[in-house]
Amino acid sequence: MVEHGDIRVVHRGGSKINSREPVVTNDSRFLLCASGERVKVFSTSTEECVHDLRGHTDLVTGVLLRPTNHLQVYSCSVDGTVRLWDFTDGILIKTYDIGYPVYAIYASANHEGVFFIVTPTQSDNRSELFQLVAVHLPQSGDQLVEAQELSAVLSNVSSNPAATGFGRGGEYIASAKGLHLEVYFFKKQKSYRFSLKEDNKKGGKNTLMCIACHPKDDCIATGHEDGKIRLWRNFNHKKEYTYTTLHWHHNAVSSLRFTPEGTNLLSGGLESVLVQWRYNQESERDFLPRLGSAITHIAVSPDGTLFCTSHSDNKITIIQSCVKVSAVIQGLVNGESVRTDLMVDPRSKSLVLNGKPGHLQFYSLQRDKLLYNLDIVQQEYIHELGLQQFEVVKVAFDAPGNWMATVEERKPKAAEPEINLKLWAFDEQTQSFVLNTTVSAPHEAQITSMCFSQAADGQTSMLVSASEDGHFKAWQLPRSACTEGPSWSCDFVGDYRGLAPQCCCFSADGSLLAVSFQEVVTVWSPASWELLTTLSQPPKAIRDLCFGRLGCSKYLMGTTASNLLCCWNLLTCSLEWSTSMDVSLLLSDPLTENMAAFCCQAESTDLFVFKPSEPRPVASLKAVCSGKVTRAVFAPREEMLESCEESSQWLNRSQLYFLTQHMDLMTFTTKAEEDRLAASSKQLFIDDSVAMTPFYLLLGKHRKQENQDSLTRLSAELMPLPRGSLAIKELLQSPAHVLPSTSVLCSMFVESLLVSVADGSEESKHAEEEMESEKEEEDSEGEMESRTPRPEPASPGLQSAESAAPALTKAQLKELRRVKKLDHGWLADLLLS
Amino acid sequence: MASFKPTKIQVYPKLGEKVTQDTLYWKNYKAPVQIKEFGAITSIDFSPVAPHNFAVTAFTRIHIYGPFSQEPVKTLTRFKDTAYCGRFRSDGQLLVAGCEDSVVRLFDVSGKAALRMFRGHTKAVHVTDFTSDRYQILTGSDDYTCRLWDIPNATELNSYREHTDYVRCGVTSKLNRDLFITGSYDHTLKLFDARADKSVMTMDHGQPVESLLLYPSEGLLVSAGGRHVKVWDLLKGGQPLVSMKNHHKTVTCLCLSSNGQRLLSASLDRHVKVYNTTNYKVVHNFDYAASILSLALAPNDESIVAGMTNSILSIKHRKSPEESAEVSGQQRRTPSYRVFVKGKNYAPKQDDYLVSKPVKQHLAKYDKQLRTFNVSNSLDTALATWTRLRKPEITVAVIKELDRRGTLKNALAGRDEQWLARLLNFLIGNLVDPRFAAVLAPAAEMILDVYRRVVGQSPLVDRQLLRLQELLEREIDYQQDLLEVLGMLDTLFASSLPRLEVDLS
Repeated sequence: MVEHGDIRVVHRGGSKINSREPVVTNDSRFLLCASGERVKVFSTSTEECVHDLRGHTDLVTGVLLRPTNHLQVYSCSVDGTVRLWDFTDGILIKTYDIGYPVYAIYASANHEGVFFIVTPTQSDNRSELFQLVAVHLPQSGDQLVEAQELSAVLSNVSSNPAATGFGRGGEYIASAKGLHLEVYFFKKQKSYRFSLKEDNKKGGKNTLMCIACHPKDDCIATGHEDGKIRLWRNFNHKKEYTYTTLHWHHNAVSSLRFTPEGTNLLSGGLESVLVQWRYNQESERDFLPRLGSAITHIAVSPDGTLFCTSHSDNKITIIQSCVKVSAVIQGLVNGESVRTDLMVDPRSKSLVLNGKPGHLQFYSLQRDKLLYNLDIVQQEYIHELGLQQFEVVKVAFDAPGNWMATVEERKPKAAEPEINLKLWAFDEQTQSFVLNTTVSAPHEAQITSMCFSQAADGQTSMLVSASEDGHFKAWQLPRSACTEGPSWSCDFVGDYRGLAPQCCCFSADGSLLAVSFQEVVTVWSPASWELLTTLSQPPKAIRDLCFGRLGCSKYLMGTTASNLLCCWNLLTCSLEWSTSMDVSLLLSDPLTENMAAFCCQAESTDLFVFKPSEPRPVASLKAVCSGKVTRAVFAPREEMLESCEESSQWLNRSQLYFLTQHMDLMTFTTKAEEDRLAASSKQLFIDDSVAMTPFYLLLGKHRKQENQDSLTRLSAELMPLPRGSLAIKELLQSPAHVLPSTSVLCSMFVESLLVSVADGSEESKHAEEEMESEKEEEDSEGEMESRTPRPEPASPGLQSAESAAPALTKAQLKELRRVKKLDHGWLADLLLS
Repeated sequence: MASFKPTKIQVYPKLGEKVTQDTLYWKNYKAPVQIKEFGAITSIDFSPVAPHNFAVTAFTRIHIYGPFSQEPVKTLTRFKDTAYCGRFRSDGQLLVAGCEDSVVRLFDVSGKAALRMFRGHTKAVHVTDFTSDRYQILTGSDDYTCRLWDIPNATELNSYREHTDYVRCGVTSKLNRDLFITGSYDHTLKLFDARADKSVMTMDHGQPVESLLLYPSEGLLVSAGGRHVKVWDLLKGGQPLVSMKNHHKTVTCLCLSSNGQRLLSASLDRHVKVYNTTNYKVVHNFDYAASILSLALAPNDESIVAGMTNSILSIKHRKSPEESAEVSGQQRRTPSYRVFVKGKNYAPKQDDYLVSKPVKQHLAKYDKQLRTFNVSNSLDTALATWTRLRKPEITVAVIKELDRRGTLKNALAGRDEQWLARLLNFLIGNLVDPRFAAVLAPAAEMILDVYRRVVGQSPLVDRQLLRLQELLEREIDYQQDLLEVLGMLDTLFASSLPRLEVDLS
């Protein structure tokens, strides 16, 4: 086996940002949210990630602004710590070690030095029981503090952070679990418990989903599984409590939130509609519909201007006062399953996979940012449970990225599946794909595989789709352009003994097409649609087919269901070699000869990288991840790596990304690459301190210029002052009767002016130099020295009569030359007379 | 926040006729002028000289109409019985007509009384024509004979008794004064030469010949009889060239467009078909209200005149170029001048702030209702009469959308008898359409599910259901037949394929 010491499997982007409620800072400029093991700080106006607070070693389960200091934030994690951060600078201030996994954190301004966390009742085993615990913060200057003072407040609470909330002024805390609502009053040290019946008459479920307490009033709002919202009042009595019911949602209410003033109640659920109820006038509602996907959390900024909703498709929407969506922070959409293979868009080099329902997402791997979502289905999405929706199941790109083919599928109950094949042309102008052809029902049954011909000339790209109905079809752009632009049409329908084709693959030059029919591989010539040969390696069906690239293009690789990896030589039409391994996924690197095979062995996956020409792996990695890997892709690198180690050479041209069973996007990196990344991670801090207002636009630019100019101006303005001002000051400040006659002063004054102009230009030149170098200071000092005699011009005429003094500076020489040119006739006259 | 995505209306490839130059040309006529005559119009003939009046023979009269008048400029009424075949001489001065009373009359176009009466036939004369030298008249009669008459003397020059049935059509050559062709109900066409005593050529049409037409070059002859229109090559000794069977009733009249490129045939099936004379394909089709007996085209195709059995004369005039342009201009409503001028000369200043207004999304009514989840109303909208009849694809698309949303059952349920009958009517009309079947079949099943309990309560709905059942049974039989044919074809193809050599070694 080959050494793989320095190749590591790492998470690559796309962690969830919708797992917990986002937090908006007091000034509404930043949005904090838990994202995997980190807390991310986003700017609410630019949607950029400003800081990445790293430190936790496990999933972050809660983010909370510190009630006493609005520039600090608590975060809690399953790793058993609560950390205090300064989010404006991204600095970890303190770490409180709790010792138990923390699932939620609450705090109130009225409980100073205490925060409340939800931990499992038994810390050792992962039990289903959770308790609410108050933690008294020890006053200590250390950075790592162990918080030992724990006192249980409520037992048996829900681990869902939305199910617990502080009441008015922190007087009570309310928690919901199952069918029970429990309210604990801190003053009385007493808790009340209210229960609902299992089922009401209409069969809706009464289970409590979420809770929100009115900030100014004694009122608790609870959301239920049947879509009802109950407003509880008078709950400080066991018996005399009352509640009113609001009903708009038709599915479970997943989040409830009161606005800071308590005038409105916001609710959201699966319908992806944000509903705003007027408090005490519940018949009046406002709606913000079509937010994209189900709302999981709602957050309101402390000043009430911004609402944030996080959605099930890993998205946070920022809404300005329930009217307008102002920003959308979108992460990589991780659905329950990625039906399409992982693809790389040849143009943007972005990863393409299923996104929102009916969409494809283009995700930039380099920038870890979603580029855009492309609406494939182009139908109104109905948010309803149990409804059969169209799903994008297959995507293919042609080699230059001019065409994209998608297959969408919908399987209604007890009816034929609906299949649409769509072909999209790349539009240079909009830099996006535009629908060109829709083929409804291209096949009678599910499409199993689809690929574009890899022909380099690009003109005649061909698409082959194989279906379970026993046919494979070739689609082509007809050469004669029709009146309404070219559209794709079926060119050939092929079958083989009525068997269902499983996979299809074009050779690197596009001259051969391999289609597997169960255990038989048929090789066709796309030029004439002739069946050239059949290859077979019984006894089990072919699972995957792949042509070799570049130097290995004469080889065809295939994997069978009987755990066999076969390599056929197409020149001799015979089996070159085969080996027994349970390959779950076989794929080839488009830039090199390498092929990667993911093998599933004993609950974990191994990776083998090999060249088809020899049955010896180039590199192998054991236990890459647990579970089966079914989706992976080679993405070309932006710049080639220069690794000379044999084991990591296969990563030089392209990078291998794969999806684990839990839909985490992973990749392989080498140590050298990591070091390089770490070095370049001193990223530019985005200065977002000034809001973009019209005044900023006017003044900010001005100020910036001022900053730049300040140095130059300092020297340009201050330096001439002593010289210019001395003479002028003298002139202006001395009383008129002391001054000599005007005729004497005039020439002096005029001359001083003239000199100052010449000096000014000189001066500014030096000032520019000052910006660049520092030793220039000496020069200016020298300048100062040379200048000193000038403010006291005794009599220029006399000086000029003398011969040039030794060690004249340039400026002096210049001045001398200029003075020489002056008409001194009047002086001669004066002397003579 | 995405906007509402409207229901996608499936676009189906258009299978109807394409717009060609011919359709544009032949559609460029005004609405017809209709004139009621006294009886069935058996013949229409245009005067060869300007202003191209035309003689319409109907019942016992011949009316001569001017090119644009709707009143006859002249009426010839001196017939004892039904008149037939009023024809102008090539100078447009004389007109000849046969009559049921076997007398052929020659009229001066400006006079009233007959100039000459040719007696000799024993039965009704249906065919009259001038020869190209303008001094002789050809007649054909129900007494199986055709005769040549001298105009100045009013004497019979020759009589040909070769036909064995009524002679109902005939033409004289425009190039040769001695040649003429007659067609008879004995299925034959005969070419006569006045210099010989017998016919020089005989062609068998196969059906009673109703109409004859000579090409301007006179190399080709077109005959119409029964449902067939046949073209004969006279220069090759009467060899049949083409046989066309595009009408489903007897073809009664033939005429040629002014440039000789298009042939028109009129039939009792109320259609006029236009053929291309190079490939003899139908390029256009006119419909009329009643069976057409006679058809004529004015020089330069300025008007199409058709006479029908219900004694209506239909005259269609060609639109003048400016008129056709004007009509299309009128259809578009033109906004007032001010609308165009407003704001046109405004030059934006530097510090103008451009207010961008969100573009309002226009939605169809059913989409608006779908947006607010008014499923029943949207189905009502989609089933409105105009949509249902003219754009069934919209109705089907809405039904499909409702099915996708899982609310089709709700939309279908709880309807009254009238509505249900309307929906069933729509289903009966479109269920077997292969474009819609995939959507409508589940919908039909759903209707049966929903209304199973109340079947038998309304005779109207029951009748529709029975019709639907009948339709489906017929469709199933039809499909079965098709599959059988497919199977037969498969065996044929399989046996015709060359057997691949199996290499046993």
